[in-house]
Amino acid sequence: MILEAKHISFRYGADSRQILDDFSLRLTQEERVGLIAPSGFGKTTFCKILAGYERPDQGEVLLNDQPLSAYKGYCPVQMIWQHPEQVVNPRLRMREVLAEGDRLEQSVIEGLGIEPDWLNRYPAELSGGELQRFCIARALGERTQFILADEISTMLDLITQSQIWSFLVEEVQKRGIGLLAVSHSTPLLWQVCTRVEDLGKKM
Amino acid sequence: MRRFNGRQRTALLFGLAVLFLILITLLGQLYAEEAMATDFSRKDRAPCLAYLFGTDWMGRDMFVRTLTGLSMSIRIGLLAAGVSALLALLLGIVSATMGRAVDAVVTWVIDLVMGIPHILLLILISYACGKGFRGVVIGVSLTHWTSLARLIRGEVLQLKEAEYIKVAGKLGLSPWQIASKHMVPHLFPQFLVGLILLFPHAILHEASITFLGFGLSPEQPAIGVILSESMQYLAMGKWWLALFPGLLLVLTVVLFDVAGESLRKLLSPGSAQV
Repeated sequence: MILEAKHISFRYGADSRQILDDFSLRLTQEERVGLIAPSGFGKTTFCKILAGYERPDQGEVLLNDQPLSAYKGYCPVQMIWQHPEQVVNPRLRMREVLAEGDRLEQSVIEGLGIEPDWLNRYPAELSGGELQRFCIARALGERTQFILADEISTMLDLITQSQIWSFLVEEVQKRGIGLLAVSHSTPLLWQVCTRVEDLGKKM
Repeated sequence: MRRFNGRQRTALLFGLAVLFLILITLLGQLYAEEAMATDFSRKDRAPCLAYLFGTDWMGRDMFVRTLTGLSMSIRIGLLAAGVSALLALLLGIVSATMGRAVDAVVTWVIDLVMGIPHILLLILISYACGKGFRGVVIGVSLTHWTSLARLIRGEVLQLKEAEYIKVAGKLGLSPWQIASKHMVPHLFPQFLVGLILLFPHAILHEASITFLGFGLSPEQPAIGVILSESMQYLAMGKWWLALFPGLLLVLTVVLFDVAGESLRKLLSPGSAQV
């Protein structure tokens, strides 16, 4: 499968700043692409468009030459958000949060270092890093073809960062999932990705 | 009380308040006949062991009359608050989900109803509906839904924009699953607490418009009727006619308030009582 963003332009509301202007990106399932840009250049917005959370003003997102909106039900393009505490329902136990996603291999849960005991807790009873592991696991469901990782390790300590990234890289390589990684940290992206694009330069 | 932790104490308080309210309602129903019985051989008695709250100028037992009146108030309160809360739920959800035009209309109606003093609107509606039980229930129902509707509208609007709900959609959950799994569990406690906190308002307003003569008819032993009749006898030194029914009305209202507040503490995930 190929995920393609063609000539994307976007702004939030008519009188606000032009955030994305005619930006294009092509991503295959064998690739791991890094995306860098300074703050406020639309990295998160671009991920949201690519995952179908926002509609671009101009341009289109194609998955295997079909518009992304044509895929009903489970979206093959899954985004991992920067703030895990906002993407889980505070009233659900972690077990139910995971159950919302697609079928999961036990190896994913183990690989991310999720303790069985955490499954019975509420999101408020976990730390940010622990919660982020659940969000990554949930996004790695069976039908996922592309992963968009938006600053997923920014608030984690270095040991946890390296654990999570080495697992994620290994997993997407093994399953042939395309990865788009967004970060402020250029060294991290060069370490993780097969190529790096600069969103800022194309503006 | 030391043996229980904070949460158990709150639950106990809630249980006691509800039990007491049920007791008043049942006793009032049981003595409904007796509340109307006149006996001129025992008129104008001050409170004593046989007649705890005394008797009135027609020899009616004020204790029984008060219980029956409160029971009537509670039943009207339950009905009116229930209808009012359902109205609020419906309009709140419709307002938040059916687009801008509908939202504008509902918000405008909320502002309109809130802008008119409750008691005035209540009197008008009750009078237009022919007073009595029906008039009071319709009047209270139509005036009390606004603040809860506004609350629910706000909650739904906020939930719709919540990231975890958007993510659930991308994970392939149907709108029905999202509503039942993510929205209802979030709205239900707010709704339930809102509903219970509507009771005291409903009861007080029922009593006030009955007191003013626009509510229940004079032959019914309602708290409002008892209080307004006793006004004429206060100057003659018959203080018990107004004091005890008034006190019990306040107690009932406070109990509903206690029940609602403790339920809110028990259900809210943000409360310290885990």
